[in-house]
Amino acid sequence: MAVERSLLEVNNLETGFRFGDVYHNAVDGVSLTLKKNEILAIVGESGCGKSTLATSIMGLHDHKNTQIKGEVLYKDLNLLDLNEKLYNRIRGNDIGMIFQDPLGSLNPLMTIFNQISESLEYHSDLNEQQRKGRVLELLNQVGIPRPEQIMKAYPHELSGGMRQRVVIAIALANKPPIIIADEPTTALDVTIQAQILDLMNDIQDETGSGIILITHDLGVVAETADRVAVMYAGQIVEEAPVEELFANPKHPYTRSLLNSIPHELESDDDELHVIHGTVPSLQKLPRKGCRFAPRIPWIPESAHEENPVLHEVSPNHKVRCTCWKHFHFEGEEK
Amino acid sequence: MGFIEVKDLKVHYPIRGGVLNTIQSYVKAVDGVNLTIEGGKTYGLVGESGSGKTTIGKTIIGLEKATSGQIIYEGQNVTNKARSRKEKYAAYNKDVQMIFQDATSSMNPKKRILDVIAEPMRNYFDYTPDEIKRKVVDLLEIVGMNAEAMYKYPHEFSGGQRQRIGVARAVASDPKLIIADEPTSALDLSVQAQVLNFMRRIQKEYNLSYLFISHDLGVVQHMSDDIAIMHRGRFVEQGSKKEIYSNPQHIYTKRLLSAIPDMDPTTRAAHKVERQRVEAEYDAQETEYYDPDGRVYDLQEFKKDHLVALQPEAPNASLQNEKVKTGGER
Repeated sequence: MAVERSLLEVNNLETGFRFGDVYHNAVDGVSLTLKKNEILAIVGESGCGKSTLATSIMGLHDHKNTQIKGEVLYKDLNLLDLNEKLYNRIRGNDIGMIFQDPLGSLNPLMTIFNQISESLEYHSDLNEQQRKGRVLELLNQVGIPRPEQIMKAYPHELSGGMRQRVVIAIALANKPPIIIADEPTTALDVTIQAQILDLMNDIQDETGSGIILITHDLGVVAETADRVAVMYAGQIVEEAPVEELFANPKHPYTRSLLNSIPHELESDDDELHVIHGTVPSLQKLPRKGCRFAPRIPWIPESAHEENPVLHEVSPNHKVRCTCWKHFHFEGEEK
Repeated sequence: MGFIEVKDLKVHYPIRGGVLNTIQSYVKAVDGVNLTIEGGKTYGLVGESGSGKTTIGKTIIGLEKATSGQIIYEGQNVTNKARSRKEKYAAYNKDVQMIFQDATSSMNPKKRILDVIAEPMRNYFDYTPDEIKRKVVDLLEIVGMNAEAMYKYPHEFSGGQRQRIGVARAVASDPKLIIADEPTSALDLSVQAQVLNFMRRIQKEYNLSYLFISHDLGVVQHMSDDIAIMHRGRFVEQGSKKEIYSNPQHIYTKRLLSAIPDMDPTTRAAHKVERQRVEAEYDAQETEYYDPDGRVYDLQEFKKDHLVALQPEAPNASLQNEKVKTGGER
């Protein structure tokens, strides 16, 4: 099957948080692959485990209160087996990360030059002069005007969009083959968001990195992703190339989400689709059966699988459970 | 005629400095804005962060002081009087309510939901405790919640539920205008849908007006009848939703609209080209749409239900857009 070797492979990843003596899985059996030159979007609502997935890949969890099982394969290495020292050589060098809140991820007491140069110092043997050249190059690449001056500035002197560009520059510093971006544009205005998304697309074209883009915004997905994985309650419920997902959504959750997007009203009684019930909390999450079943109670129980797995319904399009075949919106005939 | 009129509203904040800490200059958060609010309609106020949209809402409800200009409520000048306890301003206080972005911090954590929702009623009406309870149950029902919720505390609810309680509280004093400042920005898509649906249902039931402040152009399009686009403390374009979205005239509006992500991945490339074209146009024509100080021009009528801030005299012949020309000739 594997024609092209994947850059990163996540196999059956489980990340559990400790509540008392029990671990509850926030990420529950996620498998995915990231190829070179691809933007894989992970989309879902708050609490679905998408950020936990990212931090698990990056090894940012402490081992006292978190239990991580499964495999994260990168260059024949299972990252989960690495100790902190080895992990530090991967982080920033092989995997770059872009966080949601640019102000929170920059050190307020360090100049922009020092922040970017820090990662170069750690991972490369460039001398000061070379690092300066590289930082200038990076600032140019992420579209920061007057890089010579900005280099000497502190984070508070920059606007939100500029700060996010700096964060991206840090992630790119060592030309990592993999970039994980966790809600990179959520804190930004639409015009700035458009610029940052363009920038990420350009970077990917230039460097051929694989990008995992984590977001809750389906518009961002439609604008940037090549492939999409939709997450619900710790699991991937649907995975497809982006055109296929928007043209042909299958899983009830994906279809419901797409129907909740605010649109222009056709009539006065036109209402947005609301998903029945609420997302269950981690402790109360049913671990057996289709996790979306309580949200679509009008679909008979027989429609669901006992132990839902991802089925390939068409090439590269995977859907969890069988309920999608019988799904129709409430009050609508199938 | 609207029941609330905002006339040439300005909110300026002094910047102090120098040896004697004197006023050096002003930040013009809101700089000459006119708005008429009619019954039963929703007014969308759109702009990027720092454009002054929240300040307008806060000034109308009295959380910020107007530097100049007037807010007229049913013929009565109520500028900077919203917090007055005088009897003659009570009706205004009762009729204008607010829904905040962050429902959690807008509720007293020590109060039960019953008291949270009842507070406006206790301020403005002489209900007996039984009547209050009955009304709270009714209000909770309108926003799709059970009567038991009354005896719980704010932290026991999810974000979406809390925001619905915020809506119920705003409706409790039977207002005419609700200022909704980014009411769904912190919510997930499916929860947002729920809150927006309730807001629209309540609007029909009580013939409410909303001043809907948001940076999300999709949500504003869904909710509003009329829209004002704000930039640098002033309106760049104002008009009916249809006009603004289908026939934008100001370069800033065009830029904002072109930046909305397109939900169709198949037209991605074309959308990107279009967006970059508008962006380039914005950079090239910026001086024609803003005066030498970078200030937005005064609004002028472009056509019925559509005002645009354009240069007062006829624009240069270099402007290719003929529609803009006709706008300038008026």
